[in-house]
Amino acid sequence: MTSASVSIDRGAPTRPRYGSMSRDRRWALRWSYFFLVLFAVFFLTPPLYMLITSLKTSAEISAATNPWWVYHPTLSNYIELLTSNMYLTFFRNSAIVSVFVVCITMLISVPAAFALARMRFWGSAVLATGVFLTYLVPDSLLFIPLFKMFAVFNEWTGIQLINKWWVLLVVYPTLTVPFATWIMIGYFASIPKELDEAALMDGANYRQILLKIFIPVALPGLIAATIFAFTVSWAQFLYPLAFTTSPDQLVLPVGIITTLIKGDVYNWGQIMTGALLGAAPPLIIYAFLMDYYIAGLTAGATKG
Amino acid sequence: MAQVTLRKVVKMYDEVEAVSAIDLDIADKEFVVLVGPSGCGKSTTLRMIAGLEEISAGEIAVDGEVVNDVPPKDRDMAMVFQNYALYPHMTVYQNMSFGLRLKSYPKAEIESRVQEAARILDIKDLLERKPRQLSGGQRQRVAMGRAIVRNPKVFLFDEPLSNLDAKLRVQMRTEIKRVHQKVRTTTVYVTHDQVEAMTLADRVVVMNKGRIEQIGAPNYLYHSPATRFVAGFIGSPAMNFIPCRLEQAGEGLNIRLSDTIAFAVPAERVPRYKPSAGKELTFGIRPEHLTEAKTNGSKNLATFDAGVEVVEPMGNETMVFIRINGAEVCCRTDPNCGAKVGAAMKLAAHLDHMHLIDNASGRVL
Repeated sequence: MTSASVSIDRGAPTRPRYGSMSRDRRWALRWSYFFLVLFAVFFLTPPLYMLITSLKTSAEISAATNPWWVYHPTLSNYIELLTSNMYLTFFRNSAIVSVFVVCITMLISVPAAFALARMRFWGSAVLATGVFLTYLVPDSLLFIPLFKMFAVFNEWTGIQLINKWWVLLVVYPTLTVPFATWIMIGYFASIPKELDEAALMDGANYRQILLKIFIPVALPGLIAATIFAFTVSWAQFLYPLAFTTSPDQLVLPVGIITTLIKGDVYNWGQIMTGALLGAAPPLIIYAFLMDYYIAGLTAGATKG
Repeated sequence: MAQVTLRKVVKMYDEVEAVSAIDLDIADKEFVVLVGPSGCGKSTTLRMIAGLEEISAGEIAVDGEVVNDVPPKDRDMAMVFQNYALYPHMTVYQNMSFGLRLKSYPKAEIESRVQEAARILDIKDLLERKPRQLSGGQRQRVAMGRAIVRNPKVFLFDEPLSNLDAKLRVQMRTEIKRVHQKVRTTTVYVTHDQVEAMTLADRVVVMNKGRIEQIGAPNYLYHSPATRFVAGFIGSPAMNFIPCRLEQAGEGLNIRLSDTIAFAVPAERVPRYKPSAGKELTFGIRPEHLTEAKTNGSKNLATFDAGVEVVEPMGNETMVFIRINGAEVCCRTDPNCGAKVGAAMKLAAHLDHMHLIDNASGRVL
C-alpha cells in the first residue's frame, strides 16, 4: 500500500503530497532498524563467541571443529575459576577498588562541580575547562611519570607505593574525577538559577542547597557519572599492569592475562570464562540504573 | 511588622548603572508595586532587597536595621519567582514546609502552618502531588504558599503572573490581593504590566532607566503624572500626546494644536502655565477626555472638528482615531455617536484633565 501511494505521487509530482510525514517516518524507521541490527550483530558476536568458547574443553577448542557450535558442553571452566582462590582474589580486588574509586570520585567531583557551576568565583570558568582538559591526557602518557613519582616518593619517605592494590585508589581518580566533574557541571548548570535562589530565600546554606536540592534534582546525572566511574575503574588495564605485580594485588583484567597465559600457552577456555564473568558486574549495574538514567526528574520545576 | 527603606541604592554591572541612587520608603503592611518597561531596574531593585544581588552603593534597611551585608536567608523575606521555582523532587507539602524544616520547626507547628496556608490558597487537595502534576496556576499558588507558611517580614514577588495566560492572570491577581488583605504582610511586587500595578498596589513606583520616575497611589499617578513617561506608561489605551504651542492671548493663554484647532487655557491654570508662554510644548490628554461633543456641555469643554480615520467599536464604547498636527489621537466615544470613517466629527476636549509637558525635561507642568 505504501509503495502504491509512493508511485502515484511520483507519477503526478504536481499533486499535493498528503501524508508525506508518515512516509518519511516509515523510511527513517527502516533505516534505523537496519543500522540497529547491524550494530547488534557487530557488538554481540564477540560476547557470544566468548560464551561458546567458555563452554568447551581445551581439547575441543584446539580441535578443527565448527568454532560456533559446542559439541560437548562443559562447565568445567566455570567450576575451576570459581573455586580457584586466585580468580576470586582478583575479583575481590577489582570490586573493592571500583567501589572505593566510585565513592572517592563522587565525593570529589560533585562538590567540585557544584562550586564550578554555581559559586561564581575568580577563574571558575577557566578552572572548569581545565578540569576537562586534564581528562584528555591519556593514561598511556601518564603511567611512566606516575611510576617515577612513586619511586621518588619512596626514596624520600620510605613508603612503598608500587605493588599495592590500594595505590590504585589514588591513581584511578585521575581518570574518573575530571570527566565525572564535567558531567556534573553540565547537569548542575541545567538546573534553573531560581531554584537555588528560592532555597537561599528559604534559609538554606550552600551545603543544604547541594544536598537537598541539587543532588536529588540532578540524580540522573549523578547516576551517569557513577556508571562512568565504575566502568572506567573496573576495566582499567594499564595502570594496574604497571603498578601491581604480585598475584594477591592484581585486579581482574590484569589477573586474567598474567595468570591464564603461561609463556605462549593460552588457556582460552578459562580466559573467555574469566572475561565473561568479569563483564557481569557492569552489565548488572547498567541494567538496574538505566531507568533512573533516562528518567527526566527536572520536569515541572519551572514553567516547562 | 516591617518597614523597608532604600537610601541612594545603586547597582552597577561593570560600567553600566542598572539602578541609580534610588530612595524608597515602604511602610509596614504596605503593598508596593515596582513597575516599568523591561530593563528599567525594577527586578534588580527587588533582588537587592532580597539580598540576591549585592548593592554597589547606598543602604537597604529593614525596620531601621541596615541589611546590606545580611545574607538572604537571614533577612526573613520570602520570594515568589516568575517561573515558580518549585523543588521538582518534593511534593507540594514538602515544598511549602522546606523553609520551616530547615529552621527545625516542630512537626506540629509545620503541619498547622502548611494546612492554614493551603486553606487560604485553596490547595488542600494538592499537598501530596509533585510540581510536574500541577497546572501553571496551581504551581503559582504553591509558590505563594511556600512564601506564606514562612510568615516572613516581607513578601517579594518577581513578575509572578507573567507566565500565566490572560484569564488566569486576572484571577490570580485578585487572589494575590485577597491573600494580602488576609495576611497583611509588607509586600514588594515587580511587574511590567501597568494594569497589575494599578489594581494591586497601595502605592506604585514607576521606574525607567534605573531611576524612579514617580511614586504615588494608583489614582494619583493616573490623574497627576509627574513626567511624560509616567503619563504614557500608566493607563490603557495610552494618553494622547500632541505637539502644541502655548500662545499669549491678552490676559489668558491659548494652546494651539494646529492652524485650525486652538483652545483657551482654563483660567485657574493660567498662572501655572504663564512662565512657559511662547514655548513649543506637548499637549497630553487621555482618550476618555476626548469625547463626542455633547449638548449639555460642562465647564472647560473645548470643541473642535476632526476627520475620522479609524473606528474601533468595543461594545460599551467606540474608539475613534483622528490625526492632529501629525499625531494619531485616540478618542473614547459613546457607541451611539455615529462616528463614520472619512466623515468629519465634532469632538470635545475636557480641559480640566489636560496636561502640558515640557519637551526638554519631559516634566508635566
